[in-house]
Amino acid sequence: MLMRIVPVAPFLLSLFELNWKCNMSAGHRRLDIEESGDVTIAKFVDKKILDEGNIQIIGNQLFSLVEDDGRSKIILDFSNVEYLSSAALGKLITMDKKVKAAKGKLRLCTVRPDIYEVFAITKLNKLFDMRDNLEQALEGM
Amino acid sequence: MSSIEEFDVTIPSATAKGREIQEQIVGGMESRGYAPRDVFGVRLALEEALVNAIKHGNKMDPDKVVNVKWEIDEEHVRVVIEDQGEGFPIDDVPDPTDDENLDKPGGRGIMLMRSFMSVVEYNESGNRLTLEKRTDDEDDDEDDD
Repeated sequence: MLMRIVPVAPFLLSLFELNWKCNMSAGHRRLDIEESGDVTIAKFVDKKILDEGNIQIIGNQLFSLVEDDGRSKIILDFSNVEYLSSAALGKLITMDKKVKAAKGKLRLCTVRPDIYEVFAITKLNKLFDMRDNLEQALEGM
Repeated sequence: MSSIEEFDVTIPSATAKGREIQEQIVGGMESRGYAPRDVFGVRLALEEALVNAIKHGNKMDPDKVVNVKWEIDEEHVRVVIEDQGEGFPIDDVPDPTDDENLDKPGGRGIMLMRSFMSVVEYNESGNRLTLEKRTDDEDDDEDDD
C-alpha cells in the first residue's frame, strides 16, 4: 500500500505547485497582451496605478516584454486608467529607455484628459510618443 | 453659509493607511460637490504627499507615525501632513522637466502637487507639508502648451 502511494506524492506535489503558480500569476496579471502583426498591445487592467506593489509588478511585466520576449514594437493602451502616480511615471520612463535601447518603438494611446495633463505638466508628453487612440497608434508602427 | 469640518488623524507608516485617509478627504470633497477635476488633482496630490511622508520621510519605520490634519468646507480643503523623518532640502529637488532630467525619475510628485493645488508649502526642515485647494482658484497652473 505504502509502495503505491509514495511514487504518486511528488506528482501530486508538482500538480499543486503548478496550480499555485497559475493562480499567483493570474492574480497578479496587470496587463492584457494582444498581438497585431509584429506589434504588441499591452493594455493596463487597473483603473488606479498607485499601489507600490502593483507598480512593481506592472514594471516587471512591461520590462519582460522587451527583455525576455524580445518584443520591440509596443503600444501601451491606457483606456482603463483613471489615476496614476509619479511612481508609475518612473516605470514608464524606464520602459521607454529599454525599448529605445532595443531600437524599438513605444507608443502610448487612449490616455484620458486628466491623465494626459499629468504627462503634460511633467513634460513627459515630449518624451513619449502619445496617440489619441489605438488605430492611430498602430499607424506606421 | 458653509460650516468647516476639521479632522486630526495619526496613522502608522503604511501606505494602505495613507490611502484610507486619502479616501476620507476625497469623499468629503465629493459629498460637497467639488468639481471632478479638483477631486482628481487633490487625490493625486494626496497620494504623492502621503507616499512621500511614509516612504521617504519615515522610511516605512513602524515606530514612526504620520499626522494628518485637515479642514474642509464648500470653498476649500486644507491638509497638513507631518512625518517624523529628518525632512529634506526642498531647493535641492531637481526640476524634472529640464531636458537633462526628463528621462530620470524623481521630483515629479512635488511638481504635480504644485500644479494641481492652490497652495503647497513645506516647513523649513521639510517634514511638514501644507496643501490647500480653493474652489475659487480658477487659473491654478502654468499651462503653456
